[in-house]
Amino acid sequence: MSDTPKPEEILSRSHTPPKTGWMDTPINIRPGMYCYASNPKSVDYVGLPYPRQWNPMEDDWNLPENWKEIIFEGMRDRLDRFRSFKVFMDICVRCGACADKCHFFIGTGDPKNMPVLRAELIRSVYRNDFTRFGKIFGKMAGARPMTLDVLKEWWYYLFQCTECRRCSVFCPYGIDTAEITIIGRELLNLLGLNIDWIATPVANCYRTGNHLGIQPHAYKDMIDFFCEDIEEITGVLPKPSLNRKGAEILFITPSGDVFADPGTYTAMGYLILFDFLEKKYGLDITWSTYASEGGNFGFFTSHETMKRLNAKMYAEAKRLGVKWILGGECGHMWRVINQYMDTMNGPADHLEVPVSPITGTRFENAASTRMVHITEFLSDLIYHDKLDLDPSRNDHLKVTFHDSCNPARGMGLLDEPRYVIQSVCKNFYEMPSNTIREQTFCCGSGAGLNAGEDMELRLSGGLPRANAVRHVHEKHGVNMLACICAIDRAVLPPLMEYWVPEVDVTGICEMVGNALNLPGQKKRTTDLRSEDLPGMEEEEDADE
Amino acid sequence: MPQVEFMGKTFTIDEDGFIDSFENWCEEWVQWVKKEEGIDELSDEHKKVIEVLQDYYKKNGIAPMVRVLSKVTGFKLKHIYELFPSGPGKGACKMAGLPKPTGCV
Repeated sequence: MSDTPKPEEILSRSHTPPKTGWMDTPINIRPGMYCYASNPKSVDYVGLPYPRQWNPMEDDWNLPENWKEIIFEGMRDRLDRFRSFKVFMDICVRCGACADKCHFFIGTGDPKNMPVLRAELIRSVYRNDFTRFGKIFGKMAGARPMTLDVLKEWWYYLFQCTECRRCSVFCPYGIDTAEITIIGRELLNLLGLNIDWIATPVANCYRTGNHLGIQPHAYKDMIDFFCEDIEEITGVLPKPSLNRKGAEILFITPSGDVFADPGTYTAMGYLILFDFLEKKYGLDITWSTYASEGGNFGFFTSHETMKRLNAKMYAEAKRLGVKWILGGECGHMWRVINQYMDTMNGPADHLEVPVSPITGTRFENAASTRMVHITEFLSDLIYHDKLDLDPSRNDHLKVTFHDSCNPARGMGLLDEPRYVIQSVCKNFYEMPSNTIREQTFCCGSGAGLNAGEDMELRLSGGLPRANAVRHVHEKHGVNMLACICAIDRAVLPPLMEYWVPEVDVTGICEMVGNALNLPGQKKRTTDLRSEDLPGMEEEEDADE
Repeated sequence: MPQVEFMGKTFTIDEDGFIDSFENWCEEWVQWVKKEEGIDELSDEHKKVIEVLQDYYKKNGIAPMVRVLSKVTGFKLKHIYELFPSGPGKGACKMAGLPKPTGCV
């Protein structure tokens, strides 16, 4: 692991490009800015090509001899299969509107982190070998031949992109740079050049149904653990079901929620909500130890891998015979569901168009995917006054909301999270308008870059988000950053610790769990983190 | 993968210094990590943490979540950091021979 730079060092980085042209500026792979190479065991487990030991810092990456041929064949095939890729290779006019929109360019000052230039790394090879213009005019036409250094440059910078798609919001041509990164990573995977923080979760998920490799009995143990904690805090012991056939709804959430803090408190929030709805309205819902992952690191590997991992959700829904799926606070799961699932593993004809059994609301927006977001479900319940909420238990919080990139830009989920937050907490403050909603700044660690060894990259890329949080912290005293993505919940705490240490991180359902009154509960003196609620401490119980 | 030799044993480790397989864990590995982590003396509390981690891993094939580790050992997270300066994952799990957790964590 490399030494993490001081905040002043990151803040003083220059954004002036080097004197040499970008094609002539050599690549400098630096510890702290990249993730470790994929473990061959994980690559092999899912049958992806060329599993082997290799090290990005060594000259020799142990590539197959015909690696260039593989790349060209891979490009040819994808230019043919993906119209988007072909169009995005051709239409960029290099206007630069995207350049300063990328959190990695803002944070690192490295011109190759401008989305236009990141894409140009691939486009230059495309021009050279796939266009007549490039073949004739070469460098003058922005073309360059594929070399080992170019390949290394692809790897380094395609794994410095979180596929957040903020740049695409500003592109006058509508180029989705994430789609270019996706294809680029797919090409690299043809040579076994993945990072381990993606490859091992993929293998785990293929084996056990979730990224962490949690087996069914362990998953049950974790859920039971949360239920016992909920009983200690509220006096009520939830009794959730797992893998129950014939349930009306299947609930799927990221495995990070049942393992890593503070996501675990979000998981407790789900359990409290479902227990309330079951007792009060007879909600018929089950968790699954097989579809025990919302996330899909296959999405960061290749279309085929994404498809294989996504399939289990619908296979499990079919096996259990549920009517529809309720999805938890996950980020890229929603992009996969909303933008790819239907033509990949759909249509999900064995499911029904989701209807809330409590309010009767038909979720037409999910008519095709048959999967409803927990904040949509919650907003509808709150709108129809179906929850017994006491927001005063969140009075000590001053909350702002980080629009997690994929739900915001990948499915347009912008207002529901805010409606829920404002229903469970009276203190809510927005960050500046060019840093939220569809213009939200990435956490800096998405798309599989949330490892430990690339911390400098993560803290640099997270700077614009953290800067906006600092603004509302200083202006309004914000002390809690809410989000709806498990990667966010894992990576925003260290980002805040580094840039704005006074601010903590929460999922929305954790706040719901704190505000929701359970029938038969005892006086609540602590929050779900077992921390005393200001003004509600135990010694004030005398009159009860 | 790099190898280290220590007290007559050879260990294969990953980039973060985790042992390649739980099967290869032994007392010498504990001593190696103790030295690497700069822990002066191994107390019964260290041993308890290692024992809890390994029991859980043998049963579940994965490290326990931090909250479980804390509850079963009775040690607050802060105390676990006092015992293992690199924390429950990079310190304690490493010493116990467990792999790193990956994913949205």
